Amino acid sequence: MTQSNEGPSFLEGVGITEATGGVTTLTRKDFTSDQEVRWCPGCGDYAILAAVQSLMPDLGIPREKIVFVSGIGCAARFPYYLDTYGVHGIHGRAPAIATGIATARPDLHVWVVMGDGDALSIGGNHLIHALRRNVNLKLLMFNNQIYGLTKGQYSPTSEKGKITKSTPFGSLETPFNPISVALGAEATFVARTMDVERKHLPKVLRRAVAHRGSAFVEIYQNCNIFNDGAFMALSSKEGATGNRIYLEHGKPIRFGPDGARGVVMHPDGQLEIVDVASVGEDKILLHDEYRDNPSLAFALSRLADGPTQPTPMGVFRDVDRPVYGDAMEHQLHAAAERQGPGEIERLLHGSDTWTVD
Amino acid sequence: MTQAPTKQGERRRQELDRVVIRFAGDSGDGMQLTGERFTSATAFFGNDLATLPDFPAEIRAPAGTIPGVSAFQIHFADYDILTPGDQPSVLVAMNPAALKANLEDLQHGGLLIVNSDAFEKRNLEKAGYEANPLDDGSLSVFQIVQIPMTKLTVEAVKGTGLSKKEAQRSKNMLALGVISWMYGRPLDPTIEWLEKKFAKKPGIAQANVLALRAGHAFGETAELTAYEVKPAVLAPGTYRRVNGNQAVAYGLIAASVQAKLPLFLGSYPITPASDILHELSRHKNFGVRTVQAEDEIAAIGMAIGASFAGHIGITTTSGPGLDLKSESLGLAVALELPLILVDIQRGGPSTGLPTKTEQSDLLHAMYGRHGESPVPIVAAYSASSCFWAAVEAVRLSITYMTPVILLTDGYLATGAEPWRLPTMDKLPQIPVRFATQPNVGDQFWPYLRDDVTLARPWAIPGTPGLEHRIGGLEKADGTGNISYDPENHQLMTEMRAAKVKAIEEDIEPLEWRGDEDARVLVLGWGSTYGSIGAACRRLRARDIKIAQAHLKHLNPFPKNTGQVLRRFDKVIIPEMNTGQLAKLIRAEFLIDAKSITKVKGLPFRAGELEEKIVELAS
Repeated sequence: MTQSNEGPSFLEGVGITEATGGVTTLTRKDFTSDQEVRWCPGCGDYAILAAVQSLMPDLGIPREKIVFVSGIGCAARFPYYLDTYGVHGIHGRAPAIATGIATARPDLHVWVVMGDGDALSIGGNHLIHALRRNVNLKLLMFNNQIYGLTKGQYSPTSEKGKITKSTPFGSLETPFNPISVALGAEATFVARTMDVERKHLPKVLRRAVAHRGSAFVEIYQNCNIFNDGAFMALSSKEGATGNRIYLEHGKPIRFGPDGARGVVMHPDGQLEIVDVASVGEDKILLHDEYRDNPSLAFALSRLADGPTQPTPMGVFRDVDRPVYGDAMEHQLHAAAERQGPGEIERLLHGSDTWTVD
Repeated sequence: MTQAPTKQGERRRQELDRVVIRFAGDSGDGMQLTGERFTSATAFFGNDLATLPDFPAEIRAPAGTIPGVSAFQIHFADYDILTPGDQPSVLVAMNPAALKANLEDLQHGGLLIVNSDAFEKRNLEKAGYEANPLDDGSLSVFQIVQIPMTKLTVEAVKGTGLSKKEAQRSKNMLALGVISWMYGRPLDPTIEWLEKKFAKKPGIAQANVLALRAGHAFGETAELTAYEVKPAVLAPGTYRRVNGNQAVAYGLIAASVQAKLPLFLGSYPITPASDILHELSRHKNFGVRTVQAEDEIAAIGMAIGASFAGHIGITTTSGPGLDLKSESLGLAVALELPLILVDIQRGGPSTGLPTKTEQSDLLHAMYGRHGESPVPIVAAYSASSCFWAAVEAVRLSITYMTPVILLTDGYLATGAEPWRLPTMDKLPQIPVRFATQPNVGDQFWPYLRDDVTLARPWAIPGTPGLEHRIGGLEKADGTGNISYDPENHQLMTEMRAAKVKAIEEDIEPLEWRGDEDARVLVLGWGSTYGSIGAACRRLRARDIKIAQAHLKHLNPFPKNTGQVLRRFDKVIIPEMNTGQLAKLIRAEFLIDAKSITKVKGLPFRAGELEEKIVELAS
């Protein structure tokens, strides 16, 4: 153990241990806490938890370096089920709490787990600013398009007209498109996947981990109690082939049986889904995750109004930008080099002092 | 008054023991700057001093109007003083509005120095004067000195190439020059400051210096009365001028050095707390991280996150910001993490009076969270005491693993006083012991408490084997797992309260001073310290027996508080609210405390307290 409080090494973070992983190989069990999982049977959250627990040992990151932070909602119970460090915060504030952790300690791997109400209603402000700052966070938004923990009110991603307990005559509100919101908030990594995607989900999460900076992942998640089947158009057998548009960098954006359908861009920038045969393969839009300008990613995010029609899945955008905590640490080092390390007496004495004998 | 010998060649200066000067002008006239420069020179000269800036919330209210008047009061003396002074003996009025807004406060027979150029028709109308008060004899009870400051300034800066409009802007320096001559203040510190401040605009620097010198020369040539206030006899040591916000920032940094932990500030700009953010953001070489958050809630959230990660999490705010932070503060109570919330109290409710002082957040600090959510409260009582209060807040927060609220107020935050600088050996040790080992067999229980402090262990990410989850849901005693068990909730509620209560064993007892046989105690907290002290001095001078005690900890109260209060027949509590401490004292000790309250955005005057204490004491 090297965890003690020795010496005023202000710039080195506190008590950072070097990786202990790699010596012993961790398994899924090592990342599973002793707490009983208490989601409704059949909830999409189970699949996501299983995927994360399985992914963790493969990342080679020691458990003690990982922190899961959440707000309030069904999804927010997530940290209790992982044997890492964790904070179950308050509604909507997880990105803020996580920003504090990741900025204080750039050596940590900080994950944020949010629901759609948590992330886009009460916590909308914190989410967009965390993305804008490019804090080194993996932000997972479980989108079930409903309030589950409060038992079935419409959420900021619920479709217009939705009948819920709080909208018996139908919701009047236009939903957020989470991918569009994230892109508009200057996110450097934006992706979408789904609870039932047993292979795609871990793949996308792995990509998020590989991205240093804010990585926003929308995960379509079925709430089988209050909004069952919201993603049927994508999760059903036919939907899987007919409606999931898998984005792959550098490849033409095609989907459907035998890739018969594809996306083209018109001269005015408008995207359209067409039969590949009718326009020719060379007209099909190539996906470019690394494009600095987010316009293409944004256009793709608008391809579907909701998960009821052909919907892009995968990484929309993955670009590099200085990471908030790293840049701040850099400023601290630069200041210490310029001014010398802080000395409290010198600070207090400043320039205007006088002496009384 | 005696005539004191002065420098050869200079006329004798009339000696005074103390002076209260108020500089008043339009908010664009640079009155705060003028006051600060005069303060700096006065501190340099060696007087004891206290200041009271009083300015409107608007950046530039309509020029020439009464709402746009900005004032700065300084009290300086050849002895130790406690307040910025009740009534100015000297008023510098740069325009009719400044005169009208401040004249009522000027002592009868006081010295009134006006910029006569500004007393023209339009300005008089804007200030609501039908006739020019300089001509109609209405000011005859004062000694008036009319100086055509605008003209003199324009004349003085001729040759700098500045336009007339630009030139006129230096008239505050002319006024400063006049006052500096009258009270024998050195010009050099101000000249140096001007040259540094306007290094990139040498024309402006030159104009300001010329105006300052011209004012000084005018004082001499016009044979204005010259006064002398000798240096105060202060305790030996090195001094500097400090205001409360600076002192809070320095105290937090000093505590971080003592604890050997980095400081992390999450803050959202708000008057009058923003200067703490500004100050801390300059000291990155101490490893201080500052984030200007997207809102007040994020600011405290980030600080909580930083504390979880092993830094000292700080958040600073005022007024409505305190409301916004309440939910997160409750989370910090549940998480039992160190966190310092600095609240610079200002007038409320709602946006209230952003630039005016008040002490009306005490009950909010005490009770302003849902559920049973106890938080220790520390209060500063003078500008320089903000340093010690900040150190104390950090010490308690770390030792007891609890959020702590540090209360100061607008008056302390912006008011300045000389500060005898402490040496580092005067600072308390703040030992930090991060958990490094499992504490129950091979397990780590995050809520297994220390027997004495009842603090839970602080295990920070990066420590292998101590991975744990904490949250806002009620936790089982010891393990920290989620628990809805009724017995456990009762126990945890009592435990959180007992932990805060235990702090009473670890803080200074309440001291009282005054006449041994006094039957009346004046009890205060926060920034009323100086006013109460000055009022008690006056009472003693009238042979009225009186005692004074001042609380620096409001939750818990010092252990001997009840004992001290019960020693007296009567307890009088002056507060800048409607009686919040009095409520707490009555509830806690069943003592029939009497309130003196004021919510006018300004500190108590010693004279007004003196009279009210006499009324209540009899």
